Amino acid sequence: MSQSSVRLEIQHLSRAFGGVPVVSDVSLTIAAGQVTCLLGPSGCGKSTTLRMIAGVERPDSGSIRIDGRPVFDARTNLPPEARSVGLIFQDFALFPHLTVAQNVAFGLKTDREAKARRVDELLERVNLPGFGPKHPHQLSGGEQQRVALARALAPRPKVMLMDEPFSGLDNRLRDGIRDTTLEVLKEEGAAVLLVTHEPDEALRMGDEIALMRGGHIVQTGAPYNVYNAPVDRAAAAFFSDINVIRGVSRGALTETPFGSFLTPGHADGGTVEIVIRPQHLKIDLDRAGRGPSPTPMDGTAARGTVIRARFLGRESLVELALDEGGQRLTASVPGVFLPKPGTVLWLMIRRDRCFVFPHPA
Amino acid sequence: MSLATRWARFRKSEGGSGLALVSPTAIYAILLLAAPLATILLFSVLTDGYLVVEPVFTFGNYIETWTNRIYRSVMMRSLGVSVAVTVLTVLLAYPVAYFVSFHVQPSKKSLWLFLITIPFWTSYLIRVFLWKVILGYNGVINSGLMATGIIDEPLTAISYNVQAFVVTLAHAYAPFAILPIYVVLEKIDRSLLEAGQDLGESKFRTFLRVTLPLSVPGIAAAVLIVFIPTIGDYVTPNLIGGGKIPMIANMIEVLMLVRDNKPLGAAIAVSAMAIVTAVSLLFLFTIRKYLRGQK
Repeated sequence: MSQSSVRLEIQHLSRAFGGVPVVSDVSLTIAAGQVTCLLGPSGCGKSTTLRMIAGVERPDSGSIRIDGRPVFDARTNLPPEARSVGLIFQDFALFPHLTVAQNVAFGLKTDREAKARRVDELLERVNLPGFGPKHPHQLSGGEQQRVALARALAPRPKVMLMDEPFSGLDNRLRDGIRDTTLEVLKEEGAAVLLVTHEPDEALRMGDEIALMRGGHIVQTGAPYNVYNAPVDRAAAAFFSDINVIRGVSRGALTETPFGSFLTPGHADGGTVEIVIRPQHLKIDLDRAGRGPSPTPMDGTAARGTVIRARFLGRESLVELALDEGGQRLTASVPGVFLPKPGTVLWLMIRRDRCFVFPHPA
Repeated sequence: MSLATRWARFRKSEGGSGLALVSPTAIYAILLLAAPLATILLFSVLTDGYLVVEPVFTFGNYIETWTNRIYRSVMMRSLGVSVAVTVLTVLLAYPVAYFVSFHVQPSKKSLWLFLITIPFWTSYLIRVFLWKVILGYNGVINSGLMATGIIDEPLTAISYNVQAFVVTLAHAYAPFAILPIYVVLEKIDRSLLEAGQDLGESKFRTFLRVTLPLSVPGIAAAVLIVFIPTIGDYVTPNLIGGGKIPMIANMIEVLMLVRDNKPLGAAIAVSAMAIVTAVSLLFLFTIRKYLRGQK
């Protein structure tokens, strides 16, 4: 993306509440038409970051630029209304005393006719034609969310901020509304910053994910990269359950029940953690005590005993204890696979899907 | 089924215990509220005799009430004073309620509300007397201004007149107006105000377009709470006005107790009640748009 299309640029943003840092040195850039998901557990500072960009929270230091124009730095602090920022709240914050049409028209400064046109156009776009005269309390959650979207989009903001915008919605409604929202946002070409604590939502919606923890952005990248190349164990654990196999690195090799792993760059004698997601464990049946013959990519197979198997609909989770060392691992198998506890199985792990991290001291 | 078992069954039933619970209040209300009110209504259509009320039906009292210029002008003056007091009280109460709700730290809000209610610790009569001391002919303001040489003789424009009532009553009813407005302001979702600003409106415009319309129910409550009792207030006009500028309540008092014309007094009282009800309903009807359609 070219430099000129950068819509939102924040640099070294920090904020502390009562001496406790909540956001520390956060930097981000978002281009026009790009959706960046700020993902992190609750209390990690993601909402505060969003509120600082919106202008309702004052940063302690750092700078915010929208379309190259500083809206906050050491000398400037534009009020929210002058920033050209749209905000969608978790509870939608629709004005209860106004109709849907009046809500959508709230931020429009044009004459009556142009207002009505824009309101109709937006209600059409969010799939709510004819809802204009209704009041917010007459709408369902999903409809309210779409009105909030139309209202925020009406003044054509350059930057759209969304604070957990789908968390108040019914699970089954959510996917449809997410897709509609994404489509509308792309058409409008605003830079979107979406705050969420749900990895699925971030993976689904984001062109880019910024993973936040303890007030810092720990990793930024495309969903594929953030999921498949996590920077540390916690980053990996945020997206799914993980299996952790510990070992001691000796001469750049770590011995595990699955054979030796190459662990270059780790301290000799230091503990390393090998992280693997449940869906990357391969299961093979025990044929009269003989194991499978794995490919070099799968390394050595290890034998284990089933402790518990659960069916989750799309997949089945099988918990096993390894014969060697007794470590427990969880494997996810697509479809129905429910071996009885006590069944002996062979396990292989895909070496290319393993992440090796030093054991945190 | 015998009467005794039926009674025992009724006493055990949910309806029976409910009635038993409300009966003290109900008896109290019937004896002290409904019965006197019915008596007033009855008196208003009876004929006045010398020292007695004669049981002869007439509409004469109402005709007298609505045609006599004195009663009409006193009624209009009372309405005017009540409206002025209401407007002044609500105008002064709103900023206080707004300040407590939006600018006082949450931990200190109770303290502020407590301080606002402190004037209630003293009797209403004493509060009215305080204003008499402040505004009176030899009062604080007059003697202060004379001592500093700003005026040579006491100002008459500040005491024994309608303005003095309005000031006194506005002060007396301030907490009644502050509390309902405070309650609705507290209920306003703060994210609505952020939303207003994010949509490009300044803080002041957001107040006009979001906070103010959403606080209308509280304003309506404050208006009614102040307006309805002030029109019937007769202690303040007596003390502050020195009895020289009667309000409708003083008129009723004089007719009932001094001139012993109970039927006419009753007719004026009923008329005043009807006018207050009509004005209140008209007010609620005018602002009905803001009272419904809310979460």
